[in-house]
Amino acid sequence: MPERRDVVILGSGPAGLTAAVYTARANLRPLVVEGEPSSTSDQPGGQLMLTMEVENYPGFVEGILGPELMQRFRDQAERFGAEYVTRKATRVDLSRRPFGVWTGDPEGDPDVEARALIVATGARSLMLGVPGEDRLLGHGVSTCATCDGFFFRDQPIVVVGGGDSALEEALFLTRFASEVTLVHRRKELRASKIMQDRAFANEKISFRWDSVVTEVLGDTKVSSVGLRNVVTGEEEAMDVTGMFVAIGHEPNTALFAGQLDRLENGYLRTYEGSRTNVHGVFACGDVQDHVYRQAVTAAGSGCMAAIDAERFLEALGDE
Amino acid sequence: MSERITTLSDATFDEHVKASETPVLVDFWAEWCGPCKLISPVLEEIAEEQSGKVQIAKLNIDENLDVTRRYEVMSIPTLILFKDGEPRARIVGARGKAQLVQELSEYL
Repeated sequence: MPERRDVVILGSGPAGLTAAVYTARANLRPLVVEGEPSSTSDQPGGQLMLTMEVENYPGFVEGILGPELMQRFRDQAERFGAEYVTRKATRVDLSRRPFGVWTGDPEGDPDVEARALIVATGARSLMLGVPGEDRLLGHGVSTCATCDGFFFRDQPIVVVGGGDSALEEALFLTRFASEVTLVHRRKELRASKIMQDRAFANEKISFRWDSVVTEVLGDTKVSSVGLRNVVTGEEEAMDVTGMFVAIGHEPNTALFAGQLDRLENGYLRTYEGSRTNVHGVFACGDVQDHVYRQAVTAAGSGCMAAIDAERFLEALGDE
Repeated sequence: MSERITTLSDATFDEHVKASETPVLVDFWAEWCGPCKLISPVLEEIAEEQSGKVQIAKLNIDENLDVTRRYEVMSIPTLILFKDGEPRARIVGARGKAQLVQELSEYL
């Protein structure tokens, strides 16, 4: 017989762990399926595991390191009785109650059954999908500026993207790199004003507008990238030893295909707070938020999902 | 940290890795790297379970640039498996335990 839980939480970023703090304090003994280690944002702790300083999480006057903040979230939920399984969910069955959750072999009986399910699987960063990118991953192509910036001391690099994360990475990388070229497909940034001001003021950062990376070149490590100007069509190669990609995210929803409603852009659809189209399944954080996508809004929506789940269980009684 | 895991440095690396009769899996890591923290417990479990088959060692890249450069580590965590003092396999990026054990299995 699979273990039965009142609450299972899928995901362990700010949304999932806040839901864990709240449901644990309500004595619901939540099980958090926290994910598996990786070097992408698809890992326990989520996207903040790949960030350096978090400056806008309220209460941390001097800022706090992303991984440290997530460790605190995790410890806080654990203190109230949350339990963790360091695996990814491989399948969910929402057509029956209690819901079935598989964390290993997706055949046979589920590994755990949940009376209420909180989905907080987050979003993962997109890659460019150009030739050479995959092959040179870890050899100059990086998904983690904070991990790998160190290796590009006094070397020229490119950062691809035009949002806040691209500028954060570019600014962080100026600590190491000799020059940072920001390659952006439009001629203006969509990043916040404060990040734009900081980037424009930084002498090490230059901008290549209306441009895209067409390929990554290099034998055993990155030696250059191919650029194309999307307005003039002009192509050129730029000598760099590193490329960091920050072009946006897509929600991790594959697990719920055909079971949970999605918006046209792929994010999970929620109704009245954190409810999904399945009674007893709640969604929070970046998997359902394509607008704000902040650690603090994710945490806030995790709290909403926990309260919604708690009320749902109360109404359910002993069923 | 598990007592089965050895801490290496530029000064001790060669001697340790060459002298070892079992393969040595070296974890190139640094304090500031989030994914490196996540694989630490994974490596500790492997050190316990595969004891006698593989030795686990850690090298802080921040403090040991010579070895880091010699093996052209450009991303962390990087795991390199040394057999008879020679690098045989390289794993770049964090992994879950099952996947890591599977990727190492043909060398152990």
